[in-house]
Amino acid sequence: MGWHLIRLWTLLVYGFMFLPVAVVVLLSFNASQFGSFPMTGFSFRWFVELAQNDAILRAFRTSLILGALTALISTTLGVLASLALVRYRVPAANMITTLLIAPILVPEVVLAVALLLFLNFLDLPKSFPMLLLGHVIFTLPFVILVVQARLVSIRRDVEEAALSLGASPVQTFFQITLPLMLPAVLAGALFAFTISFDDITGTLFWKPGGVETVPTQIFSMLRNSISPEINALGTVMILLTVGVPLLGLALARALATRSGG
Amino acid sequence: MSVEAREARQPWILLSPALTAVTFLLFVPLLFIVVYSFWLSSATGADIPAFSFENWEEALTDPFYRDILLNTLKIAGITTIVCALMGYPAAYFIARARGNKAFLLLLLILPFWISYIIRTMSWINILGVSGAVNWLLVNLGLTEEPIQMLYNETTVILGLVHFLLPFMVLNVFVSLDGIDTNLEDAATSLGATKWQAFLQVTLPLSLPGLAAGGLLCFVLGAGTYITPMVLGGPRDAMFANLVYEAIITQLNWPLGSALSLMLLIVLGALVLIYNRYLGMAQLVKGLG
Repeated sequence: MGWHLIRLWTLLVYGFMFLPVAVVVLLSFNASQFGSFPMTGFSFRWFVELAQNDAILRAFRTSLILGALTALISTTLGVLASLALVRYRVPAANMITTLLIAPILVPEVVLAVALLLFLNFLDLPKSFPMLLLGHVIFTLPFVILVVQARLVSIRRDVEEAALSLGASPVQTFFQITLPLMLPAVLAGALFAFTISFDDITGTLFWKPGGVETVPTQIFSMLRNSISPEINALGTVMILLTVGVPLLGLALARALATRSGG
Repeated sequence: MSVEAREARQPWILLSPALTAVTFLLFVPLLFIVVYSFWLSSATGADIPAFSFENWEEALTDPFYRDILLNTLKIAGITTIVCALMGYPAAYFIARARGNKAFLLLLLILPFWISYIIRTMSWINILGVSGAVNWLLVNLGLTEEPIQMLYNETTVILGLVHFLLPFMVLNVFVSLDGIDTNLEDAATSLGATKWQAFLQVTLPLSLPGLAAGGLLCFVLGAGTYITPMVLGGPRDAMFANLVYEAIITQLNWPLGSALSLMLLIVLGALVLIYNRYLGMAQLVKGLG
């Protein structure tokens, strides 16, 4: 009896979580020229219009480049730091971890203001580099948490075996440690990419005039009224942010089984 | 250099890029806005370096700012409580359900992957004048004209709950998942009812997860300015909206610095109290 109630409750909670999003996807195929009910027919016209909208295509390019660069830099920094924290006895390791995850303990608006004002003081105005630096510092803690959690589970004796069999430390790193770490590295990079791709709070502060990412583009389109085009853009974004990590998960699992993990 | 000395230096070499980034992109900028908050803004051109309490006086004494700060804390508080009430049973179900593990895991993480701005704007499709609910009401003949349900405090809270609920579910789940189910069985075999066993064994053991989820919901909720801009009316500004106004619209950066620091101090105090009593470990568990 109690269990059935809990199940029903969970069903309702997940309905609440997913139904509005499902409506966005549904309406993006609406043939009507208004982005609203009723559905007058099934059509791809809004996706076609999306593909012909220069502003949206530009926003997509900006978001993809920004996300990829953020993932690259943030993952590099995060993996190195995680290696140090997991593999070595570092004095005050707990304090260092807290320092490194501090960017997510500070409200993002405050981080955004501080970075904007400081870089501006250093004569670096709102620009793509500022946007990139902001995204890197904001995603770094997530990468460190994810990578650290997975690194702990990699056993050291495989590396020690390689070393004792005569491999140099550099050889050991590239032939043993890195392949074993790959799923963790990919997970960290994916996490950084999706967070960067979705960010709006900091981005609105850092982006120069005229440059839009996909979320800020949606935000500025919302000011007029909700058009079917926004729903279509939302659908594409959901496909990307849900599809890419799912693909990544599958890839990570495949890699893990192949390496015998 | 001796082998030991090299061994001891290696982790610092690995840590230095990340530590440098955090220092120059977070800590130094934070110190910088502390300094900036004492400067004077000038209507024409560069702000004037000074040591003036003008901005702080305005931020701390103007009832306009105080009311919005209190209202922001109220909205974040209601959001957190609603998230706890909705999220706890759902997390309990996922933690205790026997069945397709991969599917249950997907229920935990999938909501995080759906874009914040899209989840926020999706409510316009539901509650807007030409949204699903109004379409239903009009067609059922319950109302002649569509009703404007959006752009008030309730829809801001609704949007925040929708955004933050996954954080609550995940944190409570992590905590519940770590509890040995034998404890509950032991309690019931010693004569407790299922409900008693839950109230006296499981619930207290899961409080750290509930606290971690609550902290995240509160801090993230109180720091947002996007949700009120999309789902709120002109009078539903939250504190972060004031910061956005000062920095982006009015270009009054010294005042914006003081307002940002006020928000940081209020929310930072919460994080510190949490850290003092519960430690960061639980929070980190939920995020990893």
